[in-house]
Amino acid sequence: MAKSALGAAVVVLLMAAAAYAAFFIAPTDTRQGEIYRIIFLHVPSAWTGLVAFFICFVANIAYVLRRAPQWDWLGVSAAEVGLAFTSVVLISGPIWAHPVWGIWWTWDARLTSTFVLWLLYVAYLMLRTLVEEPDRRALLSALFGIFAFIDVPLVFGSIRWWRTQHPQPVIMGEPGAGLDPTMLKVLLFSWLPMLALMTLLIMTRYRLEAMRSDLDLVRREAEAG
Amino acid sequence: MKNLNSIFAAYLIAWGIFFVYYVTVARRAAALREDLERLKNSLKNPPNSSPNRGQ
Repeated sequence: MAKSALGAAVVVLLMAAAAYAAFFIAPTDTRQGEIYRIIFLHVPSAWTGLVAFFICFVANIAYVLRRAPQWDWLGVSAAEVGLAFTSVVLISGPIWAHPVWGIWWTWDARLTSTFVLWLLYVAYLMLRTLVEEPDRRALLSALFGIFAFIDVPLVFGSIRWWRTQHPQPVIMGEPGAGLDPTMLKVLLFSWLPMLALMTLLIMTRYRLEAMRSDLDLVRREAEAG
Repeated sequence: MKNLNSIFAAYLIAWGIFFVYYVTVARRAAALREDLERLKNSLKNPPNSSPNRGQ
């Protein structure tokens, strides 16, 4: 409990430092003005969501191969946390888009593939509520999770492969594309609290799933006895 | 600073989502912990093991 409170305190401090850097250290963008500062929240949330879905994908494969419940616990924890980060992406994106594009939303490749990703992981979590038997639930959701991850490379590649309304990548993009060095440093620093928060949330959610498994075991013992 | 309200709204909503999610998970964990303790106690001291049973 003390460790988790310490972890939460570290995450809050890092988030406050990242917000300070986003508002006071990063220079103002000459074309977009202040509104561009949302990228210090939007982009790290998107990257972190994809990392969480990758952890879910690895856990899903490990479950299919090993059938150890711990992999199922990690899979569902990472999926839920990834969904929280992707929700932030889908909300902060339109808040930025409205003053810059003049519209809240457009069905371009990046926005659509991200929305589909969100829907796929909502379906992953809903699927788990429909199957009672734990082993069957774990296997079905692991298989669905592996399928859902197919959308992640599409999200990543969408702004590289197709012409989109969404801005071009800030890193690993075409030559000449990218950010001012100070903006890039602030962006990378802003990713740190997001990764720390993701780790904290996955660990907390994993402990919940482990506890639920303990409870099921004790319940079965009580019913058998 | 133009659009500052929108930036603050984005940050507040994001932090709100993370905070609510963390609190929800913590509350679910606390409720499960309580259930688990109650069940363990009832297994240790079943209601029909009372010394007055059958009287």
